[in-house]
Amino acid sequence: MTSAVRVIPCLDVDAGRVVKGVNFANLRDAGDPVELAHGYENQGADELTFLDVTASSAARDTTYEVVGRTAEQVFIPLTVGGGVRTVADVDRLLRSGADKVGINTGAIARPEVIAEIADRFGAQVLVLSADVRRAADGHFEITTHGGRTAAGLEAVEWCVRAAALGAGEILLNSMDADGTKDGFDLELIRAVRREVSVPLIASGGAGAPEHFVQAVEAGADAVLAASVFHFRELTIGQVKDALRAAGHPVR
Amino acid sequence: MKRVVVLDYGSGNVRSVVRMLERVGAHVELTADPEAVRRADGLYVPGVGNFHACVAGLRRADGPALIAERLAAGLPVLGVCVGFQVLFEGSTEHYATDALDGIGLWPGTVTRLTAPVVPHMGWSQVQPASGSTLFDGIEDEWFYFVHSYAALRAPGAGRAGVDRAPLVSTAEHGEVFVAAVEDGALGGTQFHPEKSGDAGATLIENWLASF
Repeated sequence: MTSAVRVIPCLDVDAGRVVKGVNFANLRDAGDPVELAHGYENQGADELTFLDVTASSAARDTTYEVVGRTAEQVFIPLTVGGGVRTVADVDRLLRSGADKVGINTGAIARPEVIAEIADRFGAQVLVLSADVRRAADGHFEITTHGGRTAAGLEAVEWCVRAAALGAGEILLNSMDADGTKDGFDLELIRAVRREVSVPLIASGGAGAPEHFVQAVEAGADAVLAASVFHFRELTIGQVKDALRAAGHPVR
Repeated sequence: MKRVVVLDYGSGNVRSVVRMLERVGAHVELTADPEAVRRADGLYVPGVGNFHACVAGLRRADGPALIAERLAAGLPVLGVCVGFQVLFEGSTEHYATDALDGIGLWPGTVTRLTAPVVPHMGWSQVQPASGSTLFDGIEDEWFYFVHSYAALRAPGAGRAGVDRAPLVSTAEHGEVFVAAVEDGALGGTQFHPEKSGDAGATLIENWLASF
């Protein structure tokens, strides 16, 4: 009767096309985010996340168009992040069909925007995306620019502040673990879980089914991964089987 | 073909709602036009965000009177998420200048969940009421919830003029709360059928088949 652990594939979308390659059989167009979203819905994904990496604002219109087509054809929740800075950005994504919106650099630049968005649309639409690395002295710090630049914020404090301002959920992405396939940064998950009472999505480092189990046992409510799903190294079903076998509810 | 109006009063992820209704074969109109609302076979009341903002939007669209008119004529109304919560007497959600400003078709107040992790965001199973029409054939399925507030106590008595007590289905997030109510022509779900995949589609089909 309790909530299922959510398993969430993340797609990087650039000017309306999926980037970082996806290796799926039976797709007419493996670069089409809508086709892939469909495939993941059929595999049993509990939600989907699009990370919009479109550099030019002129190409942004294609993002809204893709979000709209996805919302019309896929009947599980869709979160869209990337380049969100203002209430107007959120409004446009929600109107296009996103259920939730991720905010990252925009919130670091102007934290009050978190409260502005939550007041207008409710905390449940807003996912704070935190890119975290371990600093030289061992503390967790928030970064920007793909983990290259320190934002001058202590990670746990930032998550606490964002939740207090109105973020309804936190996507915790370990920049150190990202791409290693050695497992999630469990210490980071535990540290944030101790202080924050909104749902936590663990991201970065997944390589094997047991990694997802470890993240949940460290305190994550949901688990997110990209390449291991896209390259079919793991299926959503395998991850759910591992979670179920460890005694965690899955859908 | 059943004609459904999705009440367009400035709240909710209405695009997904419309598509889900179309997927299960309904003819859908997204509008707040009172004549269309009166005429429809079914009225779907969406709602996300703040309770009091939803109530204010509904009042601007004359929603409470239109809903009452339909119920008096025995015409189905389904409220979803905050569109479900507003059917109760009120909510303790912030901005409340008057805590009891819900539509008040059911007794009780919507209050904040006390679970360690809130919002309740994700898929949960529902304990369907015995004799439920909405959950027919999907008794063990999962549904997608996104909410921080809920009706913790079931409306024991039915609406004025309805003989039998409402059918109340429950779910659990730290505590048991009301996940769905079926009360004659008036029904509602705390979860989002339009985001609940195939199970949600079946629930909407069951609703359409009930009238």
